[in-house]
Amino acid sequence: MAKPPKRPIEPLLWLLFSAGGMASAMLMPALVFLFALAFPLGWLPANYESLRVLLLHPVTRLVLFGICMVSLFHWAHRFKYTLYDGLQVQHLNEMINLFCYGGAVVGTIAAGYVLLTL
Amino acid sequence: MSNPIYSEHHPRWLRQRLSTYWWLGKWPYVKFILREISSVFVAWFVIYLLLFVRSVAQGEAAFRAFLEFSGHPVMLAVNAVTLLFITFHAITWFAVAPQAIVAHMGTKKVPPFLIAAGHYGAWVVVTAGLFWLLLR
Repeated sequence: MAKPPKRPIEPLLWLLFSAGGMASAMLMPALVFLFALAFPLGWLPANYESLRVLLLHPVTRLVLFGICMVSLFHWAHRFKYTLYDGLQVQHLNEMINLFCYGGAVVGTIAAGYVLLTL
Repeated sequence: MSNPIYSEHHPRWLRQRLSTYWWLGKWPYVKFILREISSVFVAWFVIYLLLFVRSVAQGEAAFRAFLEFSGHPVMLAVNAVTLLFITFHAITWFAVAPQAIVAHMGTKKVPPFLIAAGHYGAWVVVTAGLFWLLLR
């Protein structure tokens, strides 16, 4: 009889999910409000020069990279179960895993590229 | 395609298939699905954030152009919904934090509501900090 498959990567994925949940919950409400609503609508003034200095600083870029990475893995983990439970497509298991975690890996690499080449 | 490892032939499930909309009946189920869907908006905001930062790097004209593009009604609508979902994610995330974290002070267990309150408090501080940092 075949051995049950080992999934030593599972705890790591859960850790990333959890870190992403925490990072996005703590930081994103304020960031969405400012960057995606208040600045475009002119509710609050966007000071270009100080934003530039702050956002292009290497430490900020590293932090942003971390936020992007864990948030994308947070998405992958949750979205996987949305597809499993919401749509009940458990039989597409492998494809869903590939799409979700593959998407997170590709997104993380893209984020790294964007932030490195600013 | 994939072979079940525990038997040669997959047994037929003796289960009734639930409707795809099984979660629409009760609020806790709707809440569960909304919470799961919030992750899509988290992913969308990662993309938006990267576009935002890139526009800042490309110079003031590019930044102003990006803000104008973000001011389009469709973008504003998407981002308003994003804010709702991400706030919902934050509230529910901190609410279940006591279930994930069991902290001790000496030999005493920290009461769950204190753990949740600590997270909400930290959220307020972080949000205020980001406003201060980004509105200078």
